[in-house]
Amino acid sequence: MAKIIEKRTLTPVTKLFRVEAPLIAAATRPGQFVIVRVREGGERIPLTIADYDRAAGVITIVVQEVGVTTRHLGALAAGQEILDLVGPLGAALELPVGGHVVGVGGGFGAAALLRLMHELTERGERTTIIIGARQQDLLILVDELDAVCHQLELCTDDGSVGFKGLVTERLQLLIEGPGRPDCVLAIGPMSMMRAVADTTRAARIPTQVSMDPLMIDGTGMCGGCRVTVDGEVKFACVDGPFFDAHLVDFDEAVRRKQMYLEEEQRAACRQAERRQTDAH
Amino acid sequence: MPIKRADKTPMPERDSVVRAHDFLEVNQGYNLARAMFEAERCLRCQDPVCIDGCPVRIPIPDFIHAIAAGDMSSAAAILRAANPLPAICGRVCPQETQCEVLCHMSKRFRPVAIGHLERFVADWERVQPLGEAPRQPWRSQRVAVIGSGPAGLVCAGELARLGHSVTIFEGLHAAGGVLRYGIPEFRLPNTVLDWEIGLLKRLGVEIACNVIVGKTITLDALFDNMDFSAVFVGTGAGLPNFLGIPGENLNGVYSANEFLTRINLMQALRSPEADTPMKAGKRVAVIGAGNTAMDTVRTALRMGADEGLIVYRRSENEMTARVEEYHHALEEGVDFQWLTNPIEVLGDEHGWVTGLKCQRMKLGESDDSGRARPVPIERSEFVIPVDSVVLSIGTTPNPLLVKSTSGLETNKKGCLTVDEDTSQTSRRRVYAGGDAVTGAATVILAAGAGKSAAAAIHEDLTA
Repeated sequence: MAKIIEKRTLTPVTKLFRVEAPLIAAATRPGQFVIVRVREGGERIPLTIADYDRAAGVITIVVQEVGVTTRHLGALAAGQEILDLVGPLGAALELPVGGHVVGVGGGFGAAALLRLMHELTERGERTTIIIGARQQDLLILVDELDAVCHQLELCTDDGSVGFKGLVTERLQLLIEGPGRPDCVLAIGPMSMMRAVADTTRAARIPTQVSMDPLMIDGTGMCGGCRVTVDGEVKFACVDGPFFDAHLVDFDEAVRRKQMYLEEEQRAACRQAERRQTDAH
Repeated sequence: MPIKRADKTPMPERDSVVRAHDFLEVNQGYNLARAMFEAERCLRCQDPVCIDGCPVRIPIPDFIHAIAAGDMSSAAAILRAANPLPAICGRVCPQETQCEVLCHMSKRFRPVAIGHLERFVADWERVQPLGEAPRQPWRSQRVAVIGSGPAGLVCAGELARLGHSVTIFEGLHAAGGVLRYGIPEFRLPNTVLDWEIGLLKRLGVEIACNVIVGKTITLDALFDNMDFSAVFVGTGAGLPNFLGIPGENLNGVYSANEFLTRINLMQALRSPEADTPMKAGKRVAVIGAGNTAMDTVRTALRMGADEGLIVYRRSENEMTARVEEYHHALEEGVDFQWLTNPIEVLGDEHGWVTGLKCQRMKLGESDDSGRARPVPIERSEFVIPVDSVVLSIGTTPNPLLVKSTSGLETNKKGCLTVDEDTSQTSRRRVYAGGDAVTGAATVILAAGAGKSAAAAIHEDLTA
């Protein structure tokens, strides 16, 4: 059981939790993740550790409500407890040394850049963060991200704030301009990470992506999180989550992630129906 | 006097047609009459060699005589003093290759059904009122046990009985290790496992779930920050092997670990009440022929598969599964493709499994394991149409703890090296046993290792 100290609603479907987890906070290094289970009979899902405070014994996780489990988690309030929380899992990201590091965050993936970019900036790297969303009020953690990098670039599809267009288009401008990145980190939906990989491949800029395949135990036991990287099968839970974006087999990763799409959709419908019944 | 009857008293089993569609236990267990009837078959030998076949050295004739005399509480006390997990071992031990194979009765007749009797006594005990609360740990030194599988549970139980404070650290959200995530409920119901774990807790054993030693805390921190005086590593062999054949990452290909964990630990068998989804498939090919393969293919049938088949590159004679599991699988309609080697998983344009391409094999000379080596027959390729493929071709120890700990030596296979007498690893006061040391083996061997390590730890701490 892990107690929720603080909850913030970042967008209607994106919630930030600060959770009491002293052992995890003490052991975490940038890039690692936790697995949570929210209720009896519930599934186990991986979530990036967005930030941590060793002194307070607290970790920060951000969840986007897209399915049954994330909605159950999103419904929890401060003072309540997360049934099961285990970590830190995965390998820490070997932070790139020297030069201009650009972190690209799509949707709630922006949260995962918080600690990573903070560490890089602290270490004296030049840092830029590019985050994107459909419109201004869906961009998350703008002030927090601004505080941990030298330059924050906002992108919106409708141009309501910042650059009008996709994060990859903004990244392309950066690549063509004077502030060409030496290294890119991308965290977000698979389609966005793939697009970043395509953008930087042509420019030959080393790029790391954070893969979040389906996963159960998180310790290498089930092998469900298999990702093919440079023709070799890796387990994202122990070998990742970060991999060389230019070597990841995204076709396979996208396909494997959709393995239970039907079941997930049916479960979401049942959940919505139940909520409607409960509301009456 | 013993009564000579050639055959074992049969174990009542649920009808194979009915049971193949649910997760209720297959074997129904003896009643008292059957148990006493079977117990009378024991010859009361001068040299009870059956004990030599038991990794935890249960005084087998003693508990059987108590059953024959109708003295069940004595039988239970004798059994539990030697084996802290009798209800589990009575169900999953391969008695036919351990105690029962040595039984003098088996020279001319069928051996005494030691396993069935063990299970009967443990099940009898389970429905009796619990006695007085046992004495709580009275010694000052604390022992950490890493992993709550059979090795860890037994080691913890033994140490607690000897007065030590024990905390088990378990990485998953529920205790039991392979007994929880691997062995299905139709062989080992969760209620039985929960009961055995409950007894350990009564002894004062603490279980901390969701703690991965090597990730959440280091092994060194157990000594330095958490004040443990000794550590037992019972982390098992949880890493699944894959074949490395084309198509292995298609949707619908699983390791047996994933397949069983989704259904057992994550309770997909109760889907949609439980949230974890599972697509077990309608035609399921399980590659391998060990106990896990039998568990997997029988689980597939229970999840609604129309056909379940075992694909094995060797023959029936080299199969490593227990005879009982094999027979149960046959009764339930499992198809066996012997001397069949999978070479590719085939898929459709959306990346879903459609078939398993195989080649026929013949047996050649013996290999390192002493078993006949399968050799491919040229131009014998054929395709088995399936929509799900499960690999059950063995597991190896998880390197997670070793990688994060200095000074823990392993052999080439990643198994921890230990002193044979004391079970101590290359590090002082760090002991190990079970699959983490031997590689994938049986529940009872792990239990035996946990027991002897507990004795060594006790000696070390009280010297």
